[in-house]
Amino acid sequence: MRRITYCDALNEAIAQEMERDPQVFIYGLGVPDHKRIFGSTNGLVEKFGKERCFDTPLSEDAMTGFGLGAAINGMRPIHVHIRVDFLLLAINQLANMVSSYRYFSGGKLNVPMVIRAIIGRGWGQGHQHSKSMYSIFAHIPGLKVVLPTTPYDAKGMLISAIRDDNPIVFIEHRWLYWQTGEVPEEPYTVPIGPPNVVREGKDITIVTTSWMNVESMKAAEILARRDVDVEIVDVRTIAPFEDDLIVESVLKTGHCIVADNDWVECGFSAEVAARIYDKCFRRMKSPIGRIGFAFTPCPTARHLENTFYPNAVTIIRAIEEKLDLEPMDLSEEEFYSHENRFKGPF
Amino acid sequence: MDIKKLNFELYKKMFLVRRAEEMIQIYYPEDHMKTPMHMSMGEEAIAVGVCHAMKQEDQIFGTYRSHGIYLAKTMDTDDFFAEMYGKDTALLKGKGGSMHMCATDKGFMGASAIVASAIPVAVGASFANKMAKNEKCVAVFFGDGATNEGVFWESLNVACLMKLPILFVCEDNGFAVHTPKSEREGYGSLSDIVSKFNCHVISEETTDVEVIYNLTRDGIKLMNDTGMPLFLHFRYYRYLEHVGIDEDYEAGYRSKEEYLKWLERDPVRLQREKLLAGDIDEIEIKNIESAINEKVMKSITKAQGSPCCDCSELFEGVLA
Repeated sequence: MRRITYCDALNEAIAQEMERDPQVFIYGLGVPDHKRIFGSTNGLVEKFGKERCFDTPLSEDAMTGFGLGAAINGMRPIHVHIRVDFLLLAINQLANMVSSYRYFSGGKLNVPMVIRAIIGRGWGQGHQHSKSMYSIFAHIPGLKVVLPTTPYDAKGMLISAIRDDNPIVFIEHRWLYWQTGEVPEEPYTVPIGPPNVVREGKDITIVTTSWMNVESMKAAEILARRDVDVEIVDVRTIAPFEDDLIVESVLKTGHCIVADNDWVECGFSAEVAARIYDKCFRRMKSPIGRIGFAFTPCPTARHLENTFYPNAVTIIRAIEEKLDLEPMDLSEEEFYSHENRFKGPF
Repeated sequence: MDIKKLNFELYKKMFLVRRAEEMIQIYYPEDHMKTPMHMSMGEEAIAVGVCHAMKQEDQIFGTYRSHGIYLAKTMDTDDFFAEMYGKDTALLKGKGGSMHMCATDKGFMGASAIVASAIPVAVGASFANKMAKNEKCVAVFFGDGATNEGVFWESLNVACLMKLPILFVCEDNGFAVHTPKSEREGYGSLSDIVSKFNCHVISEETTDVEVIYNLTRDGIKLMNDTGMPLFLHFRYYRYLEHVGIDEDYEAGYRSKEEYLKWLERDPVRLQREKLLAGDIDEIEIKNIESAINEKVMKSITKAQGSPCCDCSELFEGVLA
């Protein structure tokens, strides 16, 4: 099958849905500019015109309410934020309006709205251009929160999100944009809700989100060479969070580490751990481990940034400790680096 | 429509709003309507004048102080009182209460209790109407306090930029809860500032519902002709406390004398006098008043006697 990037998969999903349904429109700061949200909105303004693909004033709060208003009147807006940090300017609309509008219309008004927000580190992004924040959105009843990892899921889940009658916060990690994978050309959907077992194993379960899937997979490959068989579950949807597959996996392996692409404190990893304890408590061989960002704002200087972020090494060391293994020599291993991707402002 | 008939219609709506709230004042102390009441008393001319100038299919958005516009727009009292009493027969089965009414089939698109937060939603709704070319216009009502919020200016800017068919209706009572303008505003005239945007501005201090109706009707025509939004700025006096059914002049933040001055030109009484001066028989007025009294009382009795919804309803409606 054809291989394309995560970014192109997103782009294709939007273009195909805009083609299918004239009520879909896309807007947000920079959506039709020459950089096109890192390329994910390429070709849309040319194909669908400025009425359905437009730039906005710097008014995240108002433009979120704007999407809500359009949605309750029958349209299907896609609002784009090039950084999730900017979406925080609209937290009032998200928490007080978008999430509860259906409930407070007596169930009469649907809010078919997609809010795309890019998360993740890039190239010295610093503390206001790199946050994750999704656990905050998942805390609010009435919002769905999804964060696909693979290009296949990116396209299928974005199409599902656009067709869904609920407001959906759609989280995209910046580093995933260049990941390639097999993606069908025709439109298809990937259901919002169920997680995905992306690697089967019998010794330990890693429950993981977004970019940390990539790091987990690398860790699993390295550990496989010393006969540690890691199972990886990509959560994909954190609200509504379906834990069946995760519980099943932990009951099988008896060990679990949650590697979340966020701070640990009061984060999504705590929700995962609580669910697992609730359903697997007496059948586990060790306590649940949690991996996430250092509990600091994200610094800019490279060595500090590298200390802030967990990676495959962090995961390997955590698994070794949990399984009582000697730390292996990783000096010859090649780990993911973006040094060759980013060269200057972008 | 002839003027006499128009004025009679306007009076009927205002009388309904006033009477519904007077009945709330009577029954609220029984403590069966367990919802914070932000009363519209004093602003009836704005609610009725603006809503009456709009088409039936037009849409409005309100605030926590929406009794007036809800009743003026829908003329419904059954669902209204059922919602106040939190009953199964209500608009939202009691989930919304006084602050969050919603009757989308009648064009009442919702009410928000976070100041200014419905304004951008109304702007988006008007965008959808414009795209659908359905000729519907949207009105969003808010107090003068809302104009202190950033999102008001963001929304006004967007509506002017995109040339949307929307009425911004500022119901100006001079207070944000108890805080006067002098403590809140670093400028002289709101209307002056708004008039610098690409929209039409109409500002008036009147309690004459006919004047407000005419201004709004003319403004909507102007809006439709030019494609530019309409900003309506009407002064009024809030008769009762910010929240609750009583007067609060003893609190000291405003004077009873001021209230009494406004009361001399009370919108409901003013309109009744106009009808009498316009050769409408008092009997005819009294007949319609007692019909409205009866309608309101019937709705209250019905609501009181209705069952509450099942507790399982709590979980209904969160997601589609």
